[in-house]
Amino acid sequence: MSFMTKPKVAHPRLRRNNLGLTRRDYEGTMSTLCAGCGHDSITAALIEACFELSLPPHRIAKMSGIGCSSKTPAYFVGAAHGFNSVHGRMPSIATGANAANRDLYYIGISGDGDSLSIGMGQFSHVIRRNLHMLYVIENNGVYGLTKGQFSASADVGSKAKKGEVNLQSPIDPVLTALALGCTFVARSFSGDKEQLVPLIKAAMKHRGFALLDILSPCVTFNDHEDSTKSYAYTRQFYHPAIHTDFVEPTQNIAATYKQGEAFPVTLHDGSNILLRKVAKDYDPTDRRLAFDFVEENLKSGEYLTGLLYIDESKPDFHDMAQTDHRPLNEIPYAELNPGADAMKKILARYR
Amino acid sequence: MDKTDTAKPDFFHKVVDCQWACPAHTDVPEYIRLIAQGRFADAYMVNRESNVFPAILGRVCDRPCEPACRRGRVEDKPVAICRLKRVAADLKGDIDDRLPAIPKAKNGKRVALVGAGCASLTVANDLMPLGYDITIFEALGVPGGLMRSNIPAFRLPEAVLSEEIGRIIDMGVDLRLGARVNSMKELLGQGFDAVFVGSGAPKGKELNLPGRHESDQIFIGIDWLESVAFEHTDSIGENVVIIGAGNTAMDCCRSALRLGGKNVTVAARKPRHLFKASDWELEDAEEEKVNILVNHAPEEFVIENGKLTGVKFAIVEWSEDETGRLTSKALDHVVVPADSVILAVGQENAFPWVERDIGLEFNKWEEPVVDPITFESTRKGVFFGGDAAFGPKNIIWAVAHGHQAAISLHKYCQDQPLTTRLPDTLNLGSRKMGLHEWSYANDYNPAQRLKMNHVDLTNRFKEMNIEVELGFSPEQAAEEVARCLNCDIQTVFTDDLCIECDACLDICPTDCLTITRNSDEEDLRTRLRVPAENLTQPLFVSGPLKQTARVMVKDEDMCVHCGLCAERCPTAAWDMQKSCIKIPYAVDEETAWQKRQKKSA
Repeated sequence: MSFMTKPKVAHPRLRRNNLGLTRRDYEGTMSTLCAGCGHDSITAALIEACFELSLPPHRIAKMSGIGCSSKTPAYFVGAAHGFNSVHGRMPSIATGANAANRDLYYIGISGDGDSLSIGMGQFSHVIRRNLHMLYVIENNGVYGLTKGQFSASADVGSKAKKGEVNLQSPIDPVLTALALGCTFVARSFSGDKEQLVPLIKAAMKHRGFALLDILSPCVTFNDHEDSTKSYAYTRQFYHPAIHTDFVEPTQNIAATYKQGEAFPVTLHDGSNILLRKVAKDYDPTDRRLAFDFVEENLKSGEYLTGLLYIDESKPDFHDMAQTDHRPLNEIPYAELNPGADAMKKILARYR
Repeated sequence: MDKTDTAKPDFFHKVVDCQWACPAHTDVPEYIRLIAQGRFADAYMVNRESNVFPAILGRVCDRPCEPACRRGRVEDKPVAICRLKRVAADLKGDIDDRLPAIPKAKNGKRVALVGAGCASLTVANDLMPLGYDITIFEALGVPGGLMRSNIPAFRLPEAVLSEEIGRIIDMGVDLRLGARVNSMKELLGQGFDAVFVGSGAPKGKELNLPGRHESDQIFIGIDWLESVAFEHTDSIGENVVIIGAGNTAMDCCRSALRLGGKNVTVAARKPRHLFKASDWELEDAEEEKVNILVNHAPEEFVIENGKLTGVKFAIVEWSEDETGRLTSKALDHVVVPADSVILAVGQENAFPWVERDIGLEFNKWEEPVVDPITFESTRKGVFFGGDAAFGPKNIIWAVAHGHQAAISLHKYCQDQPLTTRLPDTLNLGSRKMGLHEWSYANDYNPAQRLKMNHVDLTNRFKEMNIEVELGFSPEQAAEEVARCLNCDIQTVFTDDLCIECDACLDICPTDCLTITRNSDEEDLRTRLRVPAENLTQPLFVSGPLKQTARVMVKDEDMCVHCGLCAERCPTAAWDMQKSCIKIPYAVDEETAWQKRQKKSA
């Protein structure tokens, strides 16, 4: 970590977004993660994406559990809401918050330990609920905060810093999410912002649960030669299957691509994602194909990246629960609280 | 783009904008750091090595460093570099024991210097420690040249001038005052081994308009300033018009206010943004309520009954033709009342005393033909420097010329080739002290530029020699030094250590770093995180990085040298290293030569 705070001074020609804010206005407090941590790059990508989407900072809610990854929300959009919850329990908190205020942009930041070990149950069920949120897993294959033990996503054969070899098979968040019916599944790499930023933007605009598994090397405990999640290894073996461009509703989508070279997926708010296939025969709307393709690649030691699966048709949490279209804080008190008489009637039904 | 060759001293030198812009390449960040540590005498000596007259220049330098200052790009106002120099001079205490020893035994070579201005004095300063016998011929009764005769005492007190000039004269220079050289031929016949002409540009330009010679109240600016300086003139009319808008005009109008001028007007032909005067000199004149007229082209001096009553001006409008040339069109006419007029429309060097048949060539503008590197004229052994060489510039240029001419004079006297000169060199040393510790103040201080306090308007006009600027106190100086960005603490990148984790890009407060695929400069400049639009600032481009063969690109324009890239780098691919640029002087040439002699012996 560094002890020097990033000074407030900025480039005088820094671009401004629709709100008149610069990228610097989306920063948070000084990161206390190790210098060179992949998580800090993800933070920077989140800042970039929120800036480019011109999101009002007070419309963002950042949720996390415990771990190196879960410190991240402190480091971006300082003016947003935030909740640092119990280990592995962030999905419950996010569900509660989303139930009360469906209009905020929810960004959950978790790690491989927080999601795939202690929080595996919560993780599975929030996917089932198709809760409208971006769920980021900062995946580095080790428990960094407790000095580098293997996590549930460590690959078979990967060596720890001290030399032990991992023999247990990993839980792959992408395959898990596909199996559970997740409606937006993507994988990326902290070291590739050109891929990562549009993916974050698309995920934020997807209505429903968007999983973004981001390979994020642990520079202190998992960046050595025999690691399968080091910067060098990831760079060598990650393959973009599909390139994703996010297109704002105001932009003319037809002008941005030639027919045949890409296909658009329209999101609920009218924005589009433009998908350019890199791997032949890949179809990110075909779940079975996606599952096979990802698994094939994993077997041969390759990380397939990009937007791997998307389904805009499934109902989200609020659709299924048939909730009011307004957040609770916008419903007048009289309507929100039916009163003692109504309560009596409800109770009478159970007598 | 090709990988940037940082081994060439110029790359890192350019990053230190102030030092690069200074003709004498004064090590500004270094002396500002010394001031910050309260080491005023050390700061003075760092200055003196390159600019010889820190106390004088700390008051009246044309300060090319300040418009160049990086702080002025990052925010709007540069560091008050010039006035900090004055702080070092004001608070230095006694430094005489730090001056070089002058050898008792002379080396047998005699050099004549014409004019006792800043160029000649610099030459003397550089050559005296090497054992030369130096004679200065000065026309006036005091040394100092235009610094003495043309800069009014309210900007540059006599005591300051005398101290710094005296320090050089006291090295044992044979100073001949009131000794105008009337013939170069005669001077060359006096047996000197070499001659240096540093006689300045002492001739004010004329403005021959109707009525010019019908009044004794029309003066040439620099002549008038000289006569004020030597107290031959102690009054002027109530209504004064100064024609011209350079720094001489500013000195004239402010002097006029102190000699009885009530309504003082500066009239310029051009619009304000084309004025030659420095912004700060204009501001000081306006503070004293000098009236400044733009787009006024003088046409006639109005004489009524043999007495000057005003100046007739055409009010003009400027337009630019296809070739970019400005042409004016008269819209109207106006007469500005005037009892006295001062012409400050430029000056030039003049050599009526140099015979034209001695092998010393002049160009069609009657300027001597001088080599821009060696400062030698077309006659062997005769050198020129300062305004005498290339026309009017300013003190700091004359000092820079003086240093280079001194090298040439030395080499000429020692029968060494003039053109084989030591190159500039650059040293780099890491500022890393330990974990999260850097041996320089890298906190960005958002303080605004300090305003210099002035003597109030009611008191300053009482005497000609009341210095208007009060200087910074040590406490004020401590605030201002913190604004310096330490541009000489360089960001040094080692390609093969980089793991492309992006940590430096993410933490850089001014977005000057980008990792991207390489291409030509024009394209690369558009693809940076903030496009590099300032073409005067170079890009640093690394070699191909190990993992992706992309390159690290740094736009030097906005880097605030906070060191966060190095602080955040997990592999120390970035390091903060202090650059120290060594500009060789005559003494270095001598040392190097002796070393070579020893080696070959």
